[in-house]
Amino acid sequence: MSGFLPEAAAPESTHVADSRGGHSDGPLLLGVRHHGPGSARAVRAALQAARPRVVLVEGPPEADALIALAADEGMQPPVALLAHVVDQPGRSAFWPLAEFSPEWVAIRWALEHDVPARFIDLPATHTLVWGREDEAPDASATPSGPEDAAQAPGESSPDEALRIDPLAVLAETAGYDDPERWWEDVIEHRGVQDGEAFGPFAVLAEAMGALREAYGSGGHDRDLVREAYMRLQVRTAQREFGDDVAVVCGAWHVPALRRKATVAADRALLRGLPKAKVAMTWVPWTHRRLSRISGYGAGIDSPGWYGHLFSAPDRPIERWMTKVAGLLRDEDRIISSAHVIEAVRLADTLAAMRGRPLPGLTETTDAVRAVMCEGSDVPLTLVHDRLVVGDVLGEVPASAPAVPLQRDLARLQRRLRLKPEALERELELDLRKENDAERSRLLHRLRLLGIEWGAPAESRGSTGTFREAWRLRWEPELAVRVAEAGVWGTTVLAAATAKAEADAVAARALADVTALAERCLLAELPDALPVVMRILADRAALDADVGHLAQALPALVRSLRYGDVRGTGTHALAEVAVGLAERVFVGLPPACAALDAEAAEEMRGHVDAVHGAVGLLGEVATAAVPAGEADGARAAGTRSGIRARWHSVLRTLATRDTIPGVIRGRAVRLLLDDGELAQDEAARLMGLVLSPGTAPGDAAAWIEGFVGGGSGGGMLLVHDERLLGLVDAWLTGVPADAFTDVLPLLRRTFSAYEPGVRRTLGELVRRGPGVRGNAAPTSAPPGFDPELDTERADAVLPVLHLLLGLDEPTATDDNDLVGVS
Amino acid sequence: MPVSVDQTSVDPSRNESAPANTSASADTAAQAPAGKKDEALRPHAEDAFAAELAALAAQDDRPRPARWRMSPWAVATYLLGGTLPDGTVITPKYVGPRRIVEVAVTTLATDRALLLLGVPGTAKTWVSEHLAAAVSGDSTLLVQGTAGTPEEAIRYGWNYAQLLAHGPSRDALVPSPVMRAMSEGMTARVEELTRIPADVQDTLITILSEKTLPIPELGQEVQAVRGFNLIATANDRDRGVNDLSSALRRRFNTVVLPLPESADAEVDIVSRRVDQMGRSLDLPTAPDGIDEIRRVVTVFRELRDGVTADGRTKLKSPSGTLSTAEAISVVTNGLALAAHFGDGVLRPSDVAAGILGAVVRDPAADRVIWQEYLEAVVRERDGWKDFYRACREVSA
Repeated sequence: MSGFLPEAAAPESTHVADSRGGHSDGPLLLGVRHHGPGSARAVRAALQAARPRVVLVEGPPEADALIALAADEGMQPPVALLAHVVDQPGRSAFWPLAEFSPEWVAIRWALEHDVPARFIDLPATHTLVWGREDEAPDASATPSGPEDAAQAPGESSPDEALRIDPLAVLAETAGYDDPERWWEDVIEHRGVQDGEAFGPFAVLAEAMGALREAYGSGGHDRDLVREAYMRLQVRTAQREFGDDVAVVCGAWHVPALRRKATVAADRALLRGLPKAKVAMTWVPWTHRRLSRISGYGAGIDSPGWYGHLFSAPDRPIERWMTKVAGLLRDEDRIISSAHVIEAVRLADTLAAMRGRPLPGLTETTDAVRAVMCEGSDVPLTLVHDRLVVGDVLGEVPASAPAVPLQRDLARLQRRLRLKPEALERELELDLRKENDAERSRLLHRLRLLGIEWGAPAESRGSTGTFREAWRLRWEPELAVRVAEAGVWGTTVLAAATAKAEADAVAARALADVTALAERCLLAELPDALPVVMRILADRAALDADVGHLAQALPALVRSLRYGDVRGTGTHALAEVAVGLAERVFVGLPPACAALDAEAAEEMRGHVDAVHGAVGLLGEVATAAVPAGEADGARAAGTRSGIRARWHSVLRTLATRDTIPGVIRGRAVRLLLDDGELAQDEAARLMGLVLSPGTAPGDAAAWIEGFVGGGSGGGMLLVHDERLLGLVDAWLTGVPADAFTDVLPLLRRTFSAYEPGVRRTLGELVRRGPGVRGNAAPTSAPPGFDPELDTERADAVLPVLHLLLGLDEPTATDDNDLVGVS
Repeated sequence: MPVSVDQTSVDPSRNESAPANTSASADTAAQAPAGKKDEALRPHAEDAFAAELAALAAQDDRPRPARWRMSPWAVATYLLGGTLPDGTVITPKYVGPRRIVEVAVTTLATDRALLLLGVPGTAKTWVSEHLAAAVSGDSTLLVQGTAGTPEEAIRYGWNYAQLLAHGPSRDALVPSPVMRAMSEGMTARVEELTRIPADVQDTLITILSEKTLPIPELGQEVQAVRGFNLIATANDRDRGVNDLSSALRRRFNTVVLPLPESADAEVDIVSRRVDQMGRSLDLPTAPDGIDEIRRVVTVFRELRDGVTADGRTKLKSPSGTLSTAEAISVVTNGLALAAHFGDGVLRPSDVAAGILGAVVRDPAADRVIWQEYLEAVVRERDGWKDFYRACREVSA
């Protein structure tokens, strides 16, 4: 790892020519592993030694004009070259470059030495439309080996299994089970010795040559076309600069570029390729996206580690351990210098034991775990996240061409006739109109991306679900925001989806995720929804606070209903909502026990909210399930069961003594309203609570829960005189000193009633219990017959049926009628 | 002069170390108990696998650290199993990630001590015994850590008859296993390190950092010779008992022994152990038991990992350890129930109560977790209806 730069720049050219191993008659071919720090060093040393007059780099030639930007001060790797089809920004490919990418090193070297640099790969004009035929957008997406991994935009092509991984074959031959490790040992960890700057390339080229002889294109058929194009480009460069040409490309291609092929044959291969108009630009990239985990899969899983290997001047392991120690110290773990020493020693010994020339990432990680993390994986995750992957964000100078997201937005604005204006204006949307619905979606998506062009406003005219009001104002900073949002994707839809997914992963509170789910529905991001739902389910599973769950449930059920209105698929949402409800059911009874007055009041709010949500959920969920499906039918069964289970939870709440009165009262009332509890039973429970054994305060709280608030409890008392009688009897029996305690509660309960109800109640009470006691069945307001005139009452029924759209009277109607009598 | 040292606590160590003290060479010491070896309920690792160890040592041509019986590479092979060039098959002693064994062996090759952590039933002691047997050829230099372990067990005690008759001298000294390991360059073992009182634990600090054991009574010291090292085992869940001071912890490289990686491996371990235990308890073997065992293992794994087997749903984890060992006892219990009170076939109802007991350790929090699990996972699962019903019955 040491002494490779200035020393390797051997001035005597004869020596250089010799070490090129007999290839001095052709261009200097430097086969590399994309994103390999060792390759990058070797490339630099080789360029320094050979001093070519032109540097050719594997990459889309459309980007030639952008190469100069690499020297710009505002350019900080990791960055990526982005190619996209002009009128279809969604069709794009990335070529990510990190500081330690050999290609980047080669470009920078060329710029520093005033040597022209060119990209020689098949133009993106062709490769981007190539994919259209079989949905493998970039032909260069070779299998998992480091070969060409830089160019894989993330999708693994279906025929991957048929292709061979050249490195795996080499590694297997060398007795390694992991190709990455073999490459690290043989190439990356090998220092460049003095005077043999080309040694590694020659050896590797030979090995690859043998492989290509055995396997041909190895299933990478498109490589043949690309290589033909590259050969033509190299030939052009040779005509111009003689043999002072250096080519930096994936090691796999080296034998093909060396092969003698006729110009005519190469041209023939290139004939008839599809074409599209393509635009290119630089976009900022992140280490996280370089890493394999993030799905963009540029091909390496430890960019931070590679960056360290590349930038550390010497003693990489010692420096790495010091970095790890620093990170852990910042997180308040006690790590002494002795820890660092021991970790380095363990890593070295482990490497020796495993027969590796230098400790690799595996050894260092093992050592860090055993010495600094006490064997635990928790701090290790931190090390992996912050250092091994790393949070490096690249920068791109402002002079880089516009990102496709900007174009996509401009296109949408034109199509939806929604001009960006600096002047604030109001916009009323009618979501039933296709154009308006799309405008609404665009604005919601932009908000998700942090581009606050429109802010939701209160609708003036109507309050229907189909109306939406916005306040629009385009500020100049928003252009910057759009550029920033460019990292998320190339179209507004894709970017908003990616952003929503990332937000969901980062969200801490359950309510945040629920809100996000609602916004995803509004913005219609069907692809983001599953991710958000999964995270929602996870958060819900781990959240131990029933209050949080109960808060999240109504919003979720609301979005479920709203999604229905818009015709979005909400099956997954319903699933999660049901799961959430189940968790609430299990957790609610224990959570309600032993609460003080304030907490009890809050919990009562939760109970009410859950009750409303469960009611809606039962409805919506059964409606959302397509009939006839066996699975659907089962799900429907589950969901209709949800109400039954909620009722049993309410019953538990109503009867358990440790639960505060206000919640118990509420539970009884909810059951009574749903017809789950006979009125006799409710009266019995009320009698129990209002019997002298109960503390007056608790009883008053129960009454508040039962008939308090704006829940129409007053009417209940007006119509059920037995209940009123119980309250009355209890109230008159409250001892004088306790009365002052319960008075505020009672006042709060009864003062919320409508004046009419209050008056009626007062009149009923004034008439006294005696009258009511005897005449309860026959009592009637003056001027009315004590009994119902059934004949006349029946006359109303046809009209009622017409109004309610019913065919015949249902059981609940009967109940109500009985209640009224 | 530690004359006031509790007599009873010294006695066992004196009896135990008496033969080793008198025998001049290691050979005679090894021969003395040889006659009884075959009758031992459980022979030491170095005796049980003597042939394998000899074969490994004979064919090992890699460099060995001082006083090691074989190279680190061979030690790893001994633990993980393999086939030697001459065809000798080495049985795997530890089934688990290779990485763990490699780190453990490498640690012993440096001068850092090794701390094996893990929940009960993860083969900590087993691994430590085999490591000591392979490295030093002797796994008997053992200190059993308990709440009553005295300092003498780690440093040295006195032979009081000698002490009174001839005064303080090296002859009157009764060395601890650790002291013997130091002077002979062997591997010492400390079991259940966290159960040892904190002040006694501290004795280890000097031994591990300075590699010396001072004997102030004689004005002497014992210096560890090359090859000395120490393997300690401790229980993850007992951290609260006597947590290691950071000074001591710093002297150890820690390796956490994980629970079995895959469900199949765990089912295999459980059914094998249950079978062995069932035979020794004369329980009839259940023909269809494997499904129930799989179910128990699944429940344990899911709750332990906090995620369902298909990786779709997250769960809360209860406070119990839910180790493989507990799964074994649940199944054995269930078998006994089935044999004596049921129809001899292991049924969901036989294991339900056992599972409930293992899962619900904290009556308030764990019960909610368990019921959530029942409602969210078990109820919906195909073919688990009986189990759900049985669990509902015992949980209600």
